[in-house]
Amino acid sequence: MSLMSYLGAIGAAQREAMDADERVIIIGEDVEANVYGTTGGGKSRADKGDFLQMYGRDRIRNTPISEEAIVGFAAGAAMTGLRPIVDLSYSSFLYMAMDQFVNQVAKNRYMFGGQASMPVVFRSAMFYGLNTGAHHSDRPYPMFMNVPGLKIIAPSSPSDAKGLLRYAIDSDDPVLTFEACLLWGSKEEVSDEEYRIPFGKARIAREGTDVTVVAISSSVPEAVAAADAMAAEGVSVEVIDPRTLVPMDTRAILESVSKTGRLVVAEPAHRTCGAAGEISAIVSEEIFDALKAPIIRVTAPDMQIPFSPALEKQMYPNRITIADAIRKVAGLR
Amino acid sequence: MIKQEAKGSSMAAPTKDQMLEMQRRMLRIRYFDERASKMVKRGHIPGTVHTSIGQEAQVVGATMALRDEDYMTGNHRSHGHPIGKGSPLGPLMAELVGKATGVCKGKGGSLHLADFSVGSLGESGIVGSSIPIAAGAALSASVLKKSHVSLAFFGDGAANQGVLYESINMAGVWKLPVIFLCENNQYALSTPAHTVTSGVIADRAAGFGIFGVRVENGQDVLEVFNAVSEAAARARAGEGPSLIEVVTYRFNEHSEGLRIGTDYRDPEEREQWLKRDPIVLFRNHLIAEGHFTAEELDALEAEVLAEVDEAVRFTDESPYPEPETAFADLYTDKEEQFA
Repeated sequence: MSLMSYLGAIGAAQREAMDADERVIIIGEDVEANVYGTTGGGKSRADKGDFLQMYGRDRIRNTPISEEAIVGFAAGAAMTGLRPIVDLSYSSFLYMAMDQFVNQVAKNRYMFGGQASMPVVFRSAMFYGLNTGAHHSDRPYPMFMNVPGLKIIAPSSPSDAKGLLRYAIDSDDPVLTFEACLLWGSKEEVSDEEYRIPFGKARIAREGTDVTVVAISSSVPEAVAAADAMAAEGVSVEVIDPRTLVPMDTRAILESVSKTGRLVVAEPAHRTCGAAGEISAIVSEEIFDALKAPIIRVTAPDMQIPFSPALEKQMYPNRITIADAIRKVAGLR
Repeated sequence: MIKQEAKGSSMAAPTKDQMLEMQRRMLRIRYFDERASKMVKRGHIPGTVHTSIGQEAQVVGATMALRDEDYMTGNHRSHGHPIGKGSPLGPLMAELVGKATGVCKGKGGSLHLADFSVGSLGESGIVGSSIPIAAGAALSASVLKKSHVSLAFFGDGAANQGVLYESINMAGVWKLPVIFLCENNQYALSTPAHTVTSGVIADRAAGFGIFGVRVENGQDVLEVFNAVSEAAARARAGEGPSLIEVVTYRFNEHSEGLRIGTDYRDPEEREQWLKRDPIVLFRNHLIAEGHFTAEELDALEAEVLAEVDEAVRFTDESPYPEPETAFADLYTDKEEQFA
């Protein structure tokens, strides 16, 4: 075990995968210089662990700012023997390549009757909460959940980031992983061994009996903090992190809500057609009779993200707004 | 502007067998598409099709210059490419009708044919969208040290999509073994290319520092073959991508059954192009040069007609897919399939 940050864990998974399989390559803007801290060991090239020195320019592909071509090249490469990891840096840049994601990456296997496999991972970071303004603060994973053929993951801890990414790289289907920058610096003990976390298996971040909180991405640590606060008020909160949104571990969610009868869903994405809405709908359809109170969503509003810290701070779920929702669903206010 | 002409002299001339195969594949495209057109009009093929009739030399000259294992992507005018690459006709025709034996099991249809067994990585209904896919296949060849070349077919319409230039730039800087082949049939549906295209498409190569050539007579299969052979040789030698613009003409409407009120093409223009039928031109050439007799080429035509008949028979006798198969092939792992 080593104390690893979220970013360090991603770097470790990428290094393990690059070492294990020569078909794995990394493509993206600024990957050579390790700008985002997942393709190197330190600040200088000479430092041990610099990806460019270890793997060379053939496998560390620094690209022009051409997202549509980057995504399309990666798809074509994946269809013909490579297993690219694409670093798209900011999630907001995914829109530049929307045609490739929706019409090629997601559809080719199906449209061609299963002839294609598409072993490619698209990594991108959600820079919300960092006062970068509307063009860099997006949390667009629900849009991509609406595209059949893609797998969507949102790891919330260093251990999950490493294990889920490794599983994603091994997958023969296209995976989009959304990494919240607010989690980049979070640290925990992470196994130095190679391991993989299968998709479709939720993590119970905290066990409880009175209220279930399903939380996504950076809402997970906030939900855990809210659960701590509620314990002091005598409410036992179970926090479930689905970890992968497509596929979604609906069984774990349904089992928890069957037990507690009360559900809060917290996520940093916009309210309309978000993952929270989808999870709420599934629970309502499947176990309506188990519910003791209406489901509450805690999400970002259907509003663009403002720049000023005084304005932005209120936009995402936090421990206070999640705790308020827990009190409400528990009938305490 | 650099405007480089194709040099036929530097490449080995095609053998007699290769020339016969060129004529065979052009005939396959012609007869296949003529039959498909009729089948659309009779309701036998659902939806519509876009035929390559008139453009056979441009397609076959390119595909015959590639090796069997080489990769290729295409567009909505889609049947000619896999046929030109050597794909058998039965599963292609069955796909057009939506049968279980279709090359894509009835999931793709006319717009999305793909036959990975001959290097056909898929046709695309979105104009320009498959171009970076071909370049990505060339990236695989480059990283995995394989000798494959990859070719992207696209039209004069796609020549004005931004993704083409992102792809040319990245393939150029990485010296990837990819050929960007613009099938300039002079109309993007109803829009004349010259009214929406600034400059000459092939000349755009110069701006990216890659080789560019305009094949003015795209009705001559040998001219196209030579240009693409040279580009493939350069690609295999590590010299990077080429942009080839081939000037041709589609004889039919944009799509079969489409009725456009406005006469966007001059009937006289079409008449002139009909006189430059690539199959007739090549037949005359093969006879004039003494390669084959008229009787031998008549026999070839009969043989290909029988192949198309057989493809239709195969299609008619094939079952439609079971409805539940609509829910397969989304992901590779069945347990994560959720219908």
